[in-house]
Amino acid sequence: MAEYETHDYDVIVSGAGGAGLRAAIEAKSRGLRTALICKSLLGKAHTVMAEGGIAAAMGNVYPEDNWQVHFRDTMRGGKMLNNWRMAQLHAQEAPERVQELEAWGALFDRTADGRILQRDFGGHRYARLAHVGDRTGLEMIRTLQQRAVALDVAVFMECKILRLLSDADGVISGAVGYWRATGDMVVFSAKAVVLATGGVGKSWKYTSNSWECTGDGHAMALWAGADLIDMECVQFHPTGMVWPLSVRGILVTEGVRGDGGVLRNAEGRRFMFDYVADMFREETADSEEEADRWYADHSAGRRPPELLPRDEVARAINTEVKAGRGSPHGGVFLDIASRRSPEYIRRRLPSMYHQFMELAGVDITAEPMEVGPTCHYMMGGVRVDAETGAATVPGLFVCGEAAGGMHGSNRLGGNSLSDLLVFGYRAGMGASDYAEGRTGTPAPNQAEIEHTVAEALAPFERDDGENPYELHHRLQDTMQDLVGIIRTGDELDQALERLDELVFLAGKVKVTGGRAYNPAWNLATDLPAMLTVSRCVTLGARDRRESRGGHTREDYPNADPEFGKVNLVQRQPSGGGMAEEIKIGPEPIPEMPPELAALFEEGH
Amino acid sequence: MAAEVVMRVWRGDSSGGAFAEYRLPAQEGEVVLDVVHRIQATQAGDLACRWNCKAGKCGSCSAEINGTPRLMCMTRMDQLPEGPVTVAPMRTFPIIRDLVTDVSFNFEVAKQVPPFAPPPRPEGGYRMAQVDIERGQEFCKCIECFMCQDVCHVIRDHEENKAHYAGPRFFIRFAELEMHPLDTNDRRELLRQREGLGLCNITKCCTEVCPEHIKITDNAIIPLKERVVDAAYDPVAWLGRTILRRRKASPNEAAAHGR
Amino acid sequence: MSVEGATITPVRLGGVRGGPAARTLRRDRWWVQPAISAVVLTAFVVYSTWAVFVNKDYYVGAAAHRDLISPFFSPCITASCVAGAHGTFLVITWWHITPALLILGGPLGFRLTCYYYRRAYYRAFWQSPPACAVADAHTRYTGETRFPLIFQNIHRYFFYIGLIFNVILTIDAVMAFRLPGDGGIGVSVGTLVLVVNAVLLWTYSLSCHAARHLCGGHVDAFSKHPVRHRLWRLLTPLNARHMQFAWVSLVFVALTDLYVRLVASGAFTDPKIF
Ligand SMILES: Cc1cc2nc3c(=O)[nH]c(=O)nc-3n(C[C@H](O)[C@H](O)[C@H](O)COP(=O)(O)OP(=O)(O)OC[C@H]3O[C@@H](n4cnc5c(N)ncnc54)[C@H](O)[C@@H]3O)c2cc1C
Ligand code: SF4
Ligand code: SF4
Ligand code: FES
Ligand code: FES
Repeated sequence: MAEYETHDYDVIVSGAGGAGLRAAIEAKSRGLRTALICKSLLGKAHTVMAEGGIAAAMGNVYPEDNWQVHFRDTMRGGKMLNNWRMAQLHAQEAPERVQELEAWGALFDRTADGRILQRDFGGHRYARLAHVGDRTGLEMIRTLQQRAVALDVAVFMECKILRLLSDADGVISGAVGYWRATGDMVVFSAKAVVLATGGVGKSWKYTSNSWECTGDGHAMALWAGADLIDMECVQFHPTGMVWPLSVRGILVTEGVRGDGGVLRNAEGRRFMFDYVADMFREETADSEEEADRWYADHSAGRRPPELLPRDEVARAINTEVKAGRGSPHGGVFLDIASRRSPEYIRRRLPSMYHQFMELAGVDITAEPMEVGPTCHYMMGGVRVDAETGAATVPGLFVCGEAAGGMHGSNRLGGNSLSDLLVFGYRAGMGASDYAEGRTGTPAPNQAEIEHTVAEALAPFERDDGENPYELHHRLQDTMQDLVGIIRTGDELDQALERLDELVFLAGKVKVTGGRAYNPAWNLATDLPAMLTVSRCVTLGARDRRESRGGHTREDYPNADPEFGKVNLVQRQPSGGGMAEEIKIGPEPIPEMPPELAALFEEGH
Repeated sequence: MAAEVVMRVWRGDSSGGAFAEYRLPAQEGEVVLDVVHRIQATQAGDLACRWNCKAGKCGSCSAEINGTPRLMCMTRMDQLPEGPVTVAPMRTFPIIRDLVTDVSFNFEVAKQVPPFAPPPRPEGGYRMAQVDIERGQEFCKCIECFMCQDVCHVIRDHEENKAHYAGPRFFIRFAELEMHPLDTNDRRELLRQREGLGLCNITKCCTEVCPEHIKITDNAIIPLKERVVDAAYDPVAWLGRTILRRRKASPNEAAAHGR
Repeated sequence: MSVEGATITPVRLGGVRGGPAARTLRRDRWWVQPAISAVVLTAFVVYSTWAVFVNKDYYVGAAAHRDLISPFFSPCITASCVAGAHGTFLVITWWHITPALLILGGPLGFRLTCYYYRRAYYRAFWQSPPACAVADAHTRYTGETRFPLIFQNIHRYFFYIGLIFNVILTIDAVMAFRLPGDGGIGVSVGTLVLVVNAVLLWTYSLSCHAARHLCGGHVDAFSKHPVRHRLWRLLTPLNARHMQFAWVSLVFVALTDLYVRLVASGAFTDPKIF
């Protein structure tokens, strides 16, 4: 049997985004031996890209704001598919978690009286997003990173986890992975494992997500026997860049619309007025004049339709483009140039200005931007216990974008960063408690290690086989074309067939060169997770025969109250792997206690 | 636009290397990272290169393009001069493979920075005015691309200085903390004695390469140098301290004065 | 060391670097900037040395109906100064070589220790580094940590001295409005030259980094020190142009000297404007 580099810890945290860092900080400050493992460098995780802010009902700008209002906004935004307890804890604890960041050195923008400033965002009743210009995620990750360094958390950078390991009793006891720099395998044994591996966007062609968002955590948890829920609920952000092709998908922040930008089609029409669903008609302006009054004074008019929830706007853009009224490169126009002064635009949206100037050669103070929907966020994820982040297999804890339930079928902007803090903290606590209570030394299953290593190294052995880049492109095309923003039963069936074929081909990938920092091989080891998650998304989308939040079925355009009461739960009962069978079925969502349910009856 | 792009990319590891030439059809609007990706997908699957966000936000994709440190994902091909484009790894750090370097030096230095030390949090949270944090906010824009560290001749051309030099990236971190209205630590002697602030000869290359346009030298290093002068070099201040028998303020005293 | 929580972790040295062992891979004309700096600085040094040592034609006095003094020679405080040029309350009798040498230490030290000029001459002359990502010309490097360069740290005292000179040169400029025997008070081209020179010297001094620190930059909580904050806000935009002020004021000092010199030598008469 081969010898591997081994490390033993009380708690290992896989993922160093906001969620993973927060969990590791908690475990370490409890005095546990803690390791933080991430597949890129520390501080580069996808969280760094977040722009708008962190939602927390601190009431610094609107004293009327409180956790109940935040809770209600979150549940409504998620079309009531959320785990109510998570949404409640999130709304209650977010303010404390944000204050904590400040005590660790974060420099949020201030109100006139020196408190944390909060800004407006779609779906939030009050200005609620604590922020730092348009780079909140950077501030958050840097603060947490520096805190973790100060606490001396052991960090394993550029170390990719391939699989979770369990002991003879099926309790999660460690993980196996490899160092990207050398390609050498490394085994961790641990009393508790936290997964905080982030999103899944890289399975789509046009996405705002970073390289790492390959759904490793979702897949590894599923393979290890955990339940996934709501995997069909993928958020497409309405405004991503569409041109040049090479930057297609990069996010254009919602702030552009919040600050006065409007959407127009090729005919110059502000088409969003044509897409106001009945549900929102009461609170949305019905003329351009009324909408324009709102920006200066929220009581002088109703909200412009450009600020409807993300799913609504994304669908509208999609329809315009399909009807042939799109921009030259297949998007629509987002115009702020004709509505605000150049100085205002440069001051309020500095990074958008630079992004378009440098990447597209477009001066957004003079010309409209071309935008279109881009794959942005995975609402679904590992089913967890709200209090502790515990997954359905013992010893495993999940937080951040990899966990499901918190956001229901659609996430509100700003609720993710707060989710990371609240549930990162809780998963850190949960894992620490579990580790402290666990007796004996964790003994990961050797056979599992051998099997994983052999599978990971197989692409080097083949003389002939598939190019991993090629497979990745095919996967992205499949998901983009068939499991995109608008779905139909036929296309989903077709997608499942293609995915099966890709799974088969992924078993025959071949790479050349050595193991040291070999991106082709790294990609080859990402493919199983991407394919697994893609299968889950497609299966969920096929079985949820309704439209709700981030999931839209052309053949079932309306929400179905019966589906509103269930999560679609997926698991692999007969062994974990990209090619193994996935079982999917509805299970009732936990019922809200009457005092919370009452919040929705008052008619607010 | 030329129909073809010619890339000279460094291939190699610690045992040596050389530029390899790749020719690809040109595509509109591409950045250097796109071209590197196309090389990976079609000609050299194992060409190592580090990247994450491809939007200039994470600071992973630093390399030396035509000899100057740049982010590959923010350097457009059509803005480079005609002719072959050379892409080499950052010079100051040991190579791992191809365009990927071992930047652990920076993570080691990060551990030496004494952390933020605020007074206990009052009920309802800290109060700070916007004007008090604006200087710090400029430094917080840093995406840790480490190109300033790479270009800084103090360690780029003098490896031995790494043992006692924090480098521009960490000077801005020190400046952020030193200028923080709530911080109670005094790091000036540390900067002078151990972190090599005096090694910087303010030649401003760090400022020139910073993709976040942070005025590293003017707004962080020089103010820090001036603060160190206050603490250590200013003869009048020193005389005053000696005559009045005043010790240097300890961190806690400084906090009590509200600074 | 009054630092709580500092841990010194040794960093690993060595390791093989990537890329070719070339001095630079830059293909642009990186040497242009340092070359220009070197040429202008050298020209200034050569000209000013010559001007100082010819030791004449630095003052246009009442005989020519003017009161113009070259900035290189002001204040002229030795007995050997030409009549009318020296002040009345401080006259040094034991100094016999050129009077400029006695006072030039002030402005020279100010410019030599200036953060901007340091950058310029470290790059242009010491070649350390000549340009960004171009290798240092020296194998050993200790920066400003040892004698003599450690004395760069007293720049703020040269700043104070510089302020004294600014006051004196401002007085000179005011005096230049006197046109004895040519209408009493008026304005000539020479007046304007001296005024512009004084203004440029003020902008240069006030944009100094030490000034920015002393007036308010040392404060952490601006909101508790509103006056210092106002001052700092005033100087900061000037400071951002310190480089421009440094060059313009340098060149103009030399031009001022040249102008006075030409008038004093009788090459032409200083035209009166009104
Ligand atoms: C452009 C953009 C803007 C956004 N703006 C906002 C906003 O304004 N407000 C908001 O609330 N949300 C925003 N979001 C969403 C939010 O940023 C993400 O949902 C959130 O950052 C996810 O954090 P995370 O901690 O779960 O994971 P990530 O930050 O994605 O981190 C994942 C970590 O896991 C590691 N990892 C992954 N796989 C492995 C493996 N196999 N082995 C080891 N390590 C692994 C990675 O290295 C990484 O460290 C935005 C997203 C984008 C793309
Ligand atoms: S200014 Fe100082 S820190 Fe910046 S590159 Fe030059 S020597 Fe290095
Ligand atoms: S200061 Fe600028 S150049 Fe240096 S690491 Fe930060 S972003 Fe990069
Ligand atoms: S890839 Fe993130 S900065 Fe270039
Ligand atoms: S005069 Fe240039 S910095 Fe002081």
